[in-house]
Amino acid sequence: MWFLLWLKSSPVMVFYGKGELLAAIVLMSFGSFVIYEARGLPYHSEFGPGPGFFPLWIGIGIVGCSLVMLCANFFRGGEVIEVSRVELVRALSAWLAFVLAIALMPLIGFGLSFGLLTAFLVLVLDRRSPWLAIGVALGLALTFHLVFAVALGVSLPAGPWGF
Amino acid sequence: MEALSNIVLGFSIALTPANLSWCFVGVVLGTIIGVLPGLGPPATIALLLPLTFKMDPTTAMIMLAGIYYGAKYGGSTTSILLNVPGESASVVTCLDGYQLARQGRAGPALGIAAISSFIAGTFGVLGLMFIAPPVAKFALRFGPPEYFALMVLGLTMVVFLTGRSVARGILATLFGLWLAGVGTDVFTAESRFTFGRKELLGGIDFIVVSIGLFAIAEVLINLESQSGAEIFKVPKGLRNLLPTLQDLKDSRFAFLNGSVVGFFIGVLPGAGSTIASFLSYGLEKAVSRRPEKFGTGVIEGVAAPEGANNSETGGALVPLLTLGIPGSSTTAILLAALHLWGFRPGPLLIQENPNLFWGLVASMYIGNVMLLILNLPLVPLFAQILRVPYYVLYPGILGVSIIGVYTVDNSLFDIWMLGIFGLLGYFMRKLDYPTAPLVLGMVLGQRLELSLRQSLMMSQGQLSILVASPLAAGMLLFAAILLLVPMLNWVRSWRVKAIEQEV
Repeated sequence: MWFLLWLKSSPVMVFYGKGELLAAIVLMSFGSFVIYEARGLPYHSEFGPGPGFFPLWIGIGIVGCSLVMLCANFFRGGEVIEVSRVELVRALSAWLAFVLAIALMPLIGFGLSFGLLTAFLVLVLDRRSPWLAIGVALGLALTFHLVFAVALGVSLPAGPWGF
Repeated sequence: MEALSNIVLGFSIALTPANLSWCFVGVVLGTIIGVLPGLGPPATIALLLPLTFKMDPTTAMIMLAGIYYGAKYGGSTTSILLNVPGESASVVTCLDGYQLARQGRAGPALGIAAISSFIAGTFGVLGLMFIAPPVAKFALRFGPPEYFALMVLGLTMVVFLTGRSVARGILATLFGLWLAGVGTDVFTAESRFTFGRKELLGGIDFIVVSIGLFAIAEVLINLESQSGAEIFKVPKGLRNLLPTLQDLKDSRFAFLNGSVVGFFIGVLPGAGSTIASFLSYGLEKAVSRRPEKFGTGVIEGVAAPEGANNSETGGALVPLLTLGIPGSSTTAILLAALHLWGFRPGPLLIQENPNLFWGLVASMYIGNVMLLILNLPLVPLFAQILRVPYYVLYPGILGVSIIGVYTVDNSLFDIWMLGIFGLLGYFMRKLDYPTAPLVLGMVLGQRLELSLRQSLMMSQGQLSILVASPLAAGMLLFAAILLLVPMLNWVRSWRVKAIEQEV
């Protein structure tokens, strides 16, 4: 319920420089993590620079660049980024369906999990008729199976029934 | 005169019915595997190698080389039509090729890719024929400091791949460089950033990252809105599906640029066609009169990388045949094949086995013509893919991406990575972070680290070794100039603004 209210409250989220700020903070944290991990690796080896040498400097570079972006955001003000809530929800639900299909692949095989993903995209996201969704899902799954698994002999994740 | 008699000998060998037929089989197979993401020439050549043991070695070499350069032709198709790079060297083609497809110019983009591939491929063969031995000797002058300088030069291309913010481009490049370092350290066998996952010990495959960032992110962006309208326009009539004279005119420098850059990068062992395509794209943008249009769908943005990608094949055969040094996984398999057939690739190969060398060279001319004849009529047919309703097209792209990634290593873990990089690519697009520099960093990262560490080992930690040779110093200087040019432009535009405000 709260989710629908949140969606309807304002169709567009406007970030005044917050997107840039958030990205810089995330990247700075990531850079710090790279530095932390690289410090756990030897900086020198017997013959020269060790495995920690390159990642350490990359981490420093990431933190440095993020700091530049943070400073620029602070002094100049960030860009205005407009994100539509509905669009974001649609894209993220498509991604979640994709991830769910990946999770199902070792259990039910590529054909069925991909068919379910296709049906979801056509039926839920595109709001087409169930018959069309089933047709597209079956058609694509069968085409991929025939072209890749049968004709080209490419191995695809298989379920208990062998495809 | 000697070259002329040699090439006549070559054509007399290549034009025999058996060699012509196997050349055709090779280029057709190559085109097909180039179109399919994930299936690359190394795997195909390795699979077919045992079948060639009973063939005449020259015929077998003609067919395997056909697969090699045929795949380069096919790689651009899915990049342009679906934003799915068919092979690693086609990633750059996505930048402008896919935008052209969105503007209803998929046909001209595919056509220019075929024409550029033909011109540059032929240039590569000419280079292989006339300047192979001296160029191969020049390539031997490339030690770790020179490779480091070359990689730095490649990294400067980031300024041509970023959008409005260079800082974002540099951050994306640094992330790509970090990704390249994930896995087992080649010097000490120590695992880095593997998070306890054995699947990451071998590193992250480039194709997984690029398909995630380009194809999956593109599908997510397009699925944001429920648009009943036609997303891709495909004009009717053959004339609108092929490049115009203006397209050819706009691409004339790109043909030359791609040919020369591709060949010389190809000659350097380990550099590879992906670096060649990035460099030629950056160079094309640097000298273009409309650099701001790159990435929005300019025809020369397709012609340059596709040309470099194909000319690289001729270049890569130079160290293989004249020095016995393979520069890539495909040429390494070809080297193994040459040894299995009893040849000794090296400086004496051309004198000792003129039939093999000149027969192969002549077959490459013929193969390039075959590919142009094959590919141009296929352009209108391929362009029709975009007429497919988007509710079929987008799941189709997801399916091709999953299969393409799975075939790399038959690993479900790679498909999970595909999902992660797809989401990363989506948010990068939303926050206006360019994805191409990330891919560039990933391509160059391993070689950059390797050459830097080798150089520092050689000099016992002295950084001066990086500029000790004139070749390395020259390349680093050129890289510095490339970085300074945009800065000078900013200073100039800032001064103009300041003067305008004063007035």
